Amino acid sequence: MCGINGIAALSMQIKISEQDVRSMLPSLHHRGPDDSGVYLDPCQRIGLGHTRLSIIDLAGGAQPMHNEDQTVWVTFNGEIFNYLELRKTLLKAGHRFHSQSDTEVIVHAYEQYGDDFVQHLNGQFAIALWDEGRRRLLLVRDRVGILPLFYTRQGERLLFASEIKALLPQLSEAPRISPVALDQIFTFWAPRSPNTMFEDIFEVSPGHMLVLEDGRLRESTYWDWRFPEQGEYHQGSDTELAEQLYDLLADATSIRLRADVPVGAYLSGGLDSSALVALIRRHSDAPLKTFSIGFEEPSLDESSFQQQMIDHLGVENSRITCSNRDIAEDFPATIFHTETAILRTAPTPMRHLSALVRASGYKVVLTGEGADEALGGYDLFKEAKIRQFWGCQPQSEWRPLLLKTLYPYLETSGSQAKAYLRKYYSIGLDNPDQPGFSHLTRWFTTAQCKVFFSQELGAKLREDAVDRLTGQLPPAFDNWHWFNRAQYLEAKTLMGDYLLCSQGDRMLMSNSVEGRFPFLDHRVIEFANRLNPRLKMRALNEKYLFKQAMKNQLPRQILERHKQPYRAPDIPAFFSAHPPAYVDDLLSEEKLNRYGYFDAKKVGFLLKKARRGSSIAYKDNMALIGVLSTQLCHYFFIEQFSRTIRETGTPHCSLT
Amino acid sequence: MKKIIRQYILENLLFTEDEQALQDSDSFLDSGIIDSTGVMEVILFIEESFDIKVNDDEMLPANLDSVNNLAVFIHRKQAVAA
Repeated sequence: MCGINGIAALSMQIKISEQDVRSMLPSLHHRGPDDSGVYLDPCQRIGLGHTRLSIIDLAGGAQPMHNEDQTVWVTFNGEIFNYLELRKTLLKAGHRFHSQSDTEVIVHAYEQYGDDFVQHLNGQFAIALWDEGRRRLLLVRDRVGILPLFYTRQGERLLFASEIKALLPQLSEAPRISPVALDQIFTFWAPRSPNTMFEDIFEVSPGHMLVLEDGRLRESTYWDWRFPEQGEYHQGSDTELAEQLYDLLADATSIRLRADVPVGAYLSGGLDSSALVALIRRHSDAPLKTFSIGFEEPSLDESSFQQQMIDHLGVENSRITCSNRDIAEDFPATIFHTETAILRTAPTPMRHLSALVRASGYKVVLTGEGADEALGGYDLFKEAKIRQFWGCQPQSEWRPLLLKTLYPYLETSGSQAKAYLRKYYSIGLDNPDQPGFSHLTRWFTTAQCKVFFSQELGAKLREDAVDRLTGQLPPAFDNWHWFNRAQYLEAKTLMGDYLLCSQGDRMLMSNSVEGRFPFLDHRVIEFANRLNPRLKMRALNEKYLFKQAMKNQLPRQILERHKQPYRAPDIPAFFSAHPPAYVDDLLSEEKLNRYGYFDAKKVGFLLKKARRGSSIAYKDNMALIGVLSTQLCHYFFIEQFSRTIRETGTPHCSLT
Repeated sequence: MKKIIRQYILENLLFTEDEQALQDSDSFLDSGIIDSTGVMEVILFIEESFDIKVNDDEMLPANLDSVNNLAVFIHRKQAVAA
């Protein structure tokens, strides 16, 4: 993986300077510590930059890279896993290659297929491609959003880069935090793509292509999650379909083991990472090294399950235990890399894990991310199923009681919990067909955190975040099965906007480690999307067909284990002992008032409660982490903007 | 007693000093004051502050869902204990 950046002229009068393109590189050094390069076209209409983490064709893969006659140039972050097959096809069609790298197939595929080249790529990518002859620039991001790509207009120039911080040296003034983004973060946990935390800075959305031609930007969707509209699901017995799924997963895993450096894997002890490690063991002879996180807090720790898999498969494992103190101390660096406010500390331990990978001499890991979205694993889907079932018979006394199987803290003896259950989970029950029904409980609970918004911020918000989202869903959405609708919302909001970036790429790349995601191979997703929902969740048995596919590879305890969501300590990480100095500083009345996003009095009460150790509610935890991370974003990217950019030319992750 | 309960709810669940934000008869559930874990906070608070023990079968909105309901419930518990 790597970092990419560039600047394009939006009018004929503008000339791009090489120095300006180079000024963006230092902020991307962590993404590509092995090498860097810049290409400037002879007419200075475009400059492309690249920082490289060498993984395939270590000697010949330098970028930006060009085609035979140097009329097509590319700067590319990611991996094209089917590059060997594509290369063969392109050679047959007469293309000549000057390297062994996967990057080069991009330029030749573009020559061969035009803008449709992206349909031929199986991989994870952020691509900037310059067609000299037609004077056009393509910015493309992979189908599901594994790799990031941001852009902004600055006068008559288009700036783009793998991370927002690389855009900052070329901005004339500090960016502003967007009220709409804050509304979305405090509802969905992240800004909705293409929004970022900052006004006028956008991302290329997953599955989208942006074309700059004649000074105009045109955006198109080349891929999206799609589901049957008329019940045209896969035919076949469960056994046949489980075999097909297994074969696809095995191939998706095999092609992700292609690399000229050793490849490791994350092992959480849950079903997905265990299945992945089993697949790797089965389809590769190379010794496999796995990496795991543990926590001090027993309810969050999964060590015993990790050990079961390590023993079962005989893999080598390295493990770190992430303490409360580790999280509190590393949280600012986490936010410097997420470049957005977040509501949970969960990304921070992932950063510790990637540091362990790097320190062990590895720079590529496979991870099990995406299985829950594609194959139907989340408790949220179960909650939606129970609420749907209840919605058919709203007066039923016992239907809502099924929710107790999901949330053990609701499990009090007798019938008294009923009244509470009915209240919390009946939101939207009068109309279970409404677009966001599956997610309303989560969004509603999260949005309670907006009580901490300052009056000024509240006054700027005109449209509710949920209405805005449901107004932008694809036309076919209403025709899909409700389970598929829930999957779509989960894949587009939480996975694409939060898990793959704040908790994924940004935590991996901050330590120069590349993640690979076999469950997010688009062939797996497309196959899974045509499975009948009852094969994803049979009664309340999640990922049913996936378990069938893996049943001969995994120990029973892992297959039958109750799903444990990955969580890290939130408020306790900061307040079980005295918090680091920056917490008191950034949450002081003075700073809260000066930055202006939050009501200092209300945050004061929340802090008092957190210090007393009596903040149990999820919403208190989310609110405090959300407030703190917003303050950190303001500090790093706005308050420190002029000082750090002026003094050093690049943003810094320092709190002094 | 109501004053103590009110102050607790205002500061810890509504995060405000504004007395107008809560009427003694307001339902915590209907006004979105507590989420699914919030009821545990309320129980911990009254157990610690008023030296009573809330049994499982007493975890009912009729006992816990407004300042008025809480006050009546706590009085009754204390009377039984005395």
